[in-house]
Amino acid sequence: MEIYMRSLSLFAGLFLTSAAVADTPVLTVYTYDSFISDWGPGPAVEAAFEAQCSCDLQMIGAGDGAELLSRVKLEGTRSEADIILGLDTNLMADAMKTDLFEPVSIVADYAVPNGWNNKFFTPFDWGYFAFVQNVGLETVSNFRELADSDLKIVIQDPRSSTPGLGLLMWVKAAYGADAKKIWNDLNDNIVTVTAGWSEAYGMFLEGEADMVLSYTTSPAYHIIAEQDNSKTFAAFDEGHYMQVEVAGKLRSTDQPILADQFLKFMVSDVFQDIIPTTNWMFPAVTPTGGLPDGFPKALSTKKSLIFSPSDAALLREDALLEWQAALSQ
Amino acid sequence: MIAGDEDILNLKQTCFRQGKFALTANFEVSKGARIAIIGPSGGGKSTLLHGISGFLKPTTGQVLWEGEPMSDHPGERPLSILFQDHNLFPHLCVADNIAVGINPNMRLSEEQILLAKNALDQVGLSEKAADFPRDLSGGQRGRVGLARILLRKRPLILLDEPFSALGPALKDEMLELLSQILDLTEASALMVTHDTNDAIRFGDQAILVAEGLAHEPQEIQSLFSNPPPALKEYIGDRA
Amino acid sequence: MAGSVIAISLRLIFGGAVITALLTFSFGTAAVVALRGHGFGPLLPTDLSAIRFTLWQALVSAFLSVSVAIPVARALSRQSFFGRRALITLLGAPFILPVLVGVLGLLSVFGRSGWISELLLFFGLGRLSIYGASGVILAHVFFNLPLATRFILQGWSGVPAERFRLTDSLGANSWSRFLLIEWPMLRGVLPGAFVLIFLLCLTSFTVALAVGGGPKGTTIELAIYQAFRFEFNLGKAASLATIQFGLCGIVALLAFLVPLPKVGDIGLDRLAHQFGARKHRRLDIIWISGAAGFLILPLSAILFRGLGGILSLPGQVFSASITSLLIALISTGVCIFLALGLSLSIAYSRLNTQKIVEGISVLGLSTSPLVVGTGLFLMIFPFVNPASLAIPVTAFVNAMMAMPFALRVLIPAVRDIYNEYLHLRLSLNMGRGIWLMRIVFPRLRRPVGFSAGLVAALSMGDFGVIALFASPDLQTLPLILYRLMGSYQMDQAAAVSVVLVAQSLFLFWIFDRGGRGHTES
Repeated sequence: MEIYMRSLSLFAGLFLTSAAVADTPVLTVYTYDSFISDWGPGPAVEAAFEAQCSCDLQMIGAGDGAELLSRVKLEGTRSEADIILGLDTNLMADAMKTDLFEPVSIVADYAVPNGWNNKFFTPFDWGYFAFVQNVGLETVSNFRELADSDLKIVIQDPRSSTPGLGLLMWVKAAYGADAKKIWNDLNDNIVTVTAGWSEAYGMFLEGEADMVLSYTTSPAYHIIAEQDNSKTFAAFDEGHYMQVEVAGKLRSTDQPILADQFLKFMVSDVFQDIIPTTNWMFPAVTPTGGLPDGFPKALSTKKSLIFSPSDAALLREDALLEWQAALSQ
Repeated sequence: MIAGDEDILNLKQTCFRQGKFALTANFEVSKGARIAIIGPSGGGKSTLLHGISGFLKPTTGQVLWEGEPMSDHPGERPLSILFQDHNLFPHLCVADNIAVGINPNMRLSEEQILLAKNALDQVGLSEKAADFPRDLSGGQRGRVGLARILLRKRPLILLDEPFSALGPALKDEMLELLSQILDLTEASALMVTHDTNDAIRFGDQAILVAEGLAHEPQEIQSLFSNPPPALKEYIGDRA
Repeated sequence: MAGSVIAISLRLIFGGAVITALLTFSFGTAAVVALRGHGFGPLLPTDLSAIRFTLWQALVSAFLSVSVAIPVARALSRQSFFGRRALITLLGAPFILPVLVGVLGLLSVFGRSGWISELLLFFGLGRLSIYGASGVILAHVFFNLPLATRFILQGWSGVPAERFRLTDSLGANSWSRFLLIEWPMLRGVLPGAFVLIFLLCLTSFTVALAVGGGPKGTTIELAIYQAFRFEFNLGKAASLATIQFGLCGIVALLAFLVPLPKVGDIGLDRLAHQFGARKHRRLDIIWISGAAGFLILPLSAILFRGLGGILSLPGQVFSASITSLLIALISTGVCIFLALGLSLSIAYSRLNTQKIVEGISVLGLSTSPLVVGTGLFLMIFPFVNPASLAIPVTAFVNAMMAMPFALRVLIPAVRDIYNEYLHLRLSLNMGRGIWLMRIVFPRLRRPVGFSAGLVAALSMGDFGVIALFASPDLQTLPLILYRLMGSYQMDQAAAVSVVLVAQSLFLFWIFDRGGRGHTES
């Protein structure tokens, strides 16, 4: 009898909640996989936003950053997504060309190096790409040394992954016409090329490679969350390429007001405070609590490499060809 | 029983096992004998042949040839076999099929090549030397098998229902050819057959194999005129 | 006689429809992709190297699989040992093993942090790395060596017992035995085995995805996937798809020329012969152990790693396994219905027609599931959100991809029944209903059961089309497995693999057993 009553109330509860949910508006956000993983920002962001919006926030992972853009192109105006979160500056020009994004201007006190004034996209975090390795491993301080060494690295595919594309741009920014040679020399160091960041990082953690293309802030995760001091990054003489991650609003959204609300929420203190210890990137707007101890410092302007969105778009195809040619050998 | 110091094959208190089936055999075969092996199916006829040819080792007893135990390797036993079917290699021409009789590698000396050609002539297939088994009729294939036997000139020939698929006229022709070959080579022959007429036509003696026992060779006419119960059951009322 | 005009036309229509479906499936979807992409895109040097790589690795994989299979099959055909029957049955397993699971197992043994690498490190040697061509070929040999071995074993059991005895009584040595028996047998079996395995390796996607290691190990299928999913470059996808179809088509045409091996559960249990068995026992055992080890080690690595973790798997694995089961059952139903229908509709046709249809089914092996999926995706997209149709589309595509195998089992089976019993039916003037229900279907039970089991297991483990349609709320076991492998949670991946394999084997067993009924297996 007791069991019967309990299951009855359980069913009733489910029915009620689903009835409640049915009336609330749904905001759909496409983002990259690691954002919505259990240890990523997703859960906290969802909880915080739903608390203030009386809506249902659905975050859907669509691979890594560049794959995200592909999906948007594929779905076109039919897409159910309202917000795309997780593109970066390298992809912005391409994204704007699709004509699927709505201009949106969110004003905030951006802590992004060189400021921010794009009409379409809103930044939410930023970082520097770097090769992450175990402490105690022989260090290399630039790409040439890396290429000459026997170190094994795992990288990401620039066509599907923003870190992958970032590495491509990094080598291009640092070496220009010599990029091709660097890639040729790097070929024998590369263990494999993964589709996304999580795979590559996971492989590194399993010992499948000596170094992985990740961020200067990745070791901070191990230090702060796991009290593990064994990881560090290799500081490169050429400087490090910067990534500014952005979110955009789709023109085809059926929740324009809610979408705007989300973007404002995204640069607010609540969201930005979540970022450092879940996404392990620098927040786009410095939260009132500041950055956690153990976070690396920002690099000097000289060492912060980045192409403007339009330059990145122009260089991408040739850089990609060089990359493919070098790695096909 | 015909005994004597002309006995060349001797199954001495042998017992052969094949799975659950056991065959006992204890008899001698004299030189130049022609013996029909008859009996109901499942009785052990093939087992007997396998035992003599060396594919089956006796669990007890010995198989002796001219007083000495036979080699364990069938290839070293002084015999030739002719099966009911699959006697020829489909991918080899007739000439090669005969040649394997002397040398499995088909490398023959000049002299051997001549002998092979002779054998082919004697069975009347000289123009078919380059043909393949698929181009031959059943009777012609049988003759190729006999040519190989002729070529090998072994003193013991075992035949397992070799002509049962042929029509009566062809069968007679084959038996005649076989008889000539036996005359020429002075070999002893044991032939399994399920046709009592063939048995009488071919053999001087007969071995009845039934219910796991291979009886001793008996003069064929007397065997048929006064059949033991097992044989009687097998041949029924035909005279 | 063979039926009224209506019956004949029905048969023709059904048969024609299925064949047309098979063909448009391949050409049509490529056309759709080309249309949406506004024509065919140009091919870059990297695409050309993908084509080269695809051909090269398929050749090497097929060659290795077949060559190693020869001594292994020879050893298996003549040696009797404890577990022989089990090992021979196990040889059929990699064919229906989900590719991802096999790859996971291989990585566990041969990967950089696998068993062998640990062993090498212990002796001061470097780690093993199988990313790239070596990994792709290793995986292909893992999956196809057992297949080739089975084909050759079939060849051995096709040799009449008398020929062995004859050879032995002629005093043949090993070399003569090879000349007289093995070589003619191999000449009949090897070409078909090689072509089939070559074709299977040519259309490889999952292996390249998992261990290709980047552009240097990219196959055409993988390139199509990347063009579509990463770059949304439909023109390139269309060009690559057409080339893939062309290549496979040529190879499939070659398949017309050679006798193809049967896909069946023939009695491989009894020893074909024993000649040379004693003399070469040591060497034979080495070959057998080597092959067995190569097969069993990766599988046991997964079992070892995954068995403990099954209970702690999240709930979504359960719902994913239901989804996978559903897809598998739908594809099996569709496939068997179509294959059986097609086989029956050509049962009265002349042998040549039957051969042609069988040949077309082999052409089906050359279709690219990626292209088909993409084409379907694009066809559906204007009307409805493709993600909502993911399950039926995947089931349908799986059914079509498995048709060649089902047809290869069912067409000969139906043909044999008709050959044997048709005259009886005519002389007894049996009606169609009774003929089908009482005579044909009961005798078809076993081949239908076997092919249904095959299709179900293949569909369970599928990771081609579903990868295209994967939306985050669609969960099938292979998808979950891929995601887990992607985030490098290898222990959980192993646990999911165990569930996946258990489910696939269970499905196969249930259908196969259902087909056998009360007969001795």
